Amino acid sequence: MLKHVGAYFLMIRLVFIKPTKRSIMYGLVLKEIQDLILGSLGIVCFLSFFVGGVVSIQTALNIDSAFIPENLVGFATRQGIILEFAPTFMAIILAGKVGSYITSSIGTMRVTEQIDALEVMGINSVNFLVFPKLMAMTLLPIVIIFSMFLGIFGGWAATIYGGFSSSASFIEGIQMEFNSFHVIYAFVKTFLFAIILATIPSYHGYYMKGGALDVGRASTVSFVWCSVVIIVVNYFITQLFFS
Amino acid sequence: MIHLKEIYKEFDNTPILKGITTEFKRGKTNLVIGQSGSGKTVLLKILLGLFTPNQGEIYFDGIPFSSMTEDEHRILRREIGMVFQGSALFDSMSVVQNVLFPMRMLTKLSESEMIDQAETVIERVNLIDAKNKLPNEISGGMQKRVAIARAVVMRPKYLFCDEPNSGLDPKTAIVIDNLIQELTKEFNITTVINSHDMNSVMEIGETILFLKDGNKEWDGSNKNIFKTDNEAVTDFVYSSNLFKKVRRLYLED
Repeated sequence: MLKHVGAYFLMIRLVFIKPTKRSIMYGLVLKEIQDLILGSLGIVCFLSFFVGGVVSIQTALNIDSAFIPENLVGFATRQGIILEFAPTFMAIILAGKVGSYITSSIGTMRVTEQIDALEVMGINSVNFLVFPKLMAMTLLPIVIIFSMFLGIFGGWAATIYGGFSSSASFIEGIQMEFNSFHVIYAFVKTFLFAIILATIPSYHGYYMKGGALDVGRASTVSFVWCSVVIIVVNYFITQLFFS
Repeated sequence: MIHLKEIYKEFDNTPILKGITTEFKRGKTNLVIGQSGSGKTVLLKILLGLFTPNQGEIYFDGIPFSSMTEDEHRILRREIGMVFQGSALFDSMSVVQNVLFPMRMLTKLSESEMIDQAETVIERVNLIDAKNKLPNEISGGMQKRVAIARAVVMRPKYLFCDEPNSGLDPKTAIVIDNLIQELTKEFNITTVINSHDMNSVMEIGETILFLKDGNKEWDGSNKNIFKTDNEAVTDFVYSSNLFKKVRRLYLED
């Protein structure tokens, strides 16, 4: 375990030394933005809309009391989406989509000796492969903005069309006691999750050994470790920001 | 020329190479042969700088590798071309992009100069019609030719090939062997080829190093490998039924 942690941080160091030519790197980063960020927008929007809807329905059904104001549905949906669903659970969903893509693409390059070919040419293969992914993933907050917006919109739609609350109450709820610090908290942890999502799967792909079957195994292990690290980091950052 | 002096390498206290001393000559196809597990791949990886020997020294044109600075290592790497067993072409790049890749990464040539140089080499390996195809759209033999083109496009001083004709039919394998030999002469390269294919030995084995259990068992050329009395070599050479039959016919004659 400690050996892996050490190797992981040594890999991070290699990401930033002996950089690839800027003109080449520019193209690589754009390609990764297309694959990792734009390619994830569809699933993120779809999931966010429906999960937002479910959150608002569940909230409405569980606070069915005359003493609790109707606008609490909007408030609870906003808080749930901004604080946890959009940053944390989207990151875990992306660990499955983006993380396994990164591990399998780098792992396949390892198996087919493409990484050896880069090394033999005198190219820093870690920088060449991981740096563009890391740069692309720093745009993850943009994806999370879409997730937040569509999650709350999904909640509004489900509330209105399900007849749980009026549109005015829901909108009042999502504006109620808005604290911009919560958004900052969400984006700070999204940024950390983006680094985790780019580097842990890269580590598992880059240092994998074996054949095609092991690429699949490495992708699974990478997903598990990404999820575990995201949950643990989420806990500590929440403690740090709110206690 | 590459000179190896007493190269020793072990992994987890298990010796893999046990003091190899030999020379690989410029302008010649130097074959390293031996059974699986004899240490051929480790030797090649040491030459590539991917493994460091525990003892011994490698001299590239008289300069010891261990005394080179980081910059000299970088320059040396640019003078090395490598053909991997599985070709190791970049899947997402077309044939021409694969060949352009080392130039784009390592040189400051203009785009038109790079394209000219790449197309010259692609034409040399007879792949000009397939230059815009992806690696998965061409045959295994064509992939090997792309790998050779990519390896020689930077006009390397040293060319290393790891079983360049494995997985190819005998006719295509000979085409690949001959192509490597022709390029070796044309560009005056020191070529080292790992192989256990006897057809390659007969076709292009100008100098041959035979490894057994990490030791240098025999060296010579394709002219005298069939005449040697070395039991390990004859065991290896005549291990196939075809060669046993050829030998029997030869002895009967």
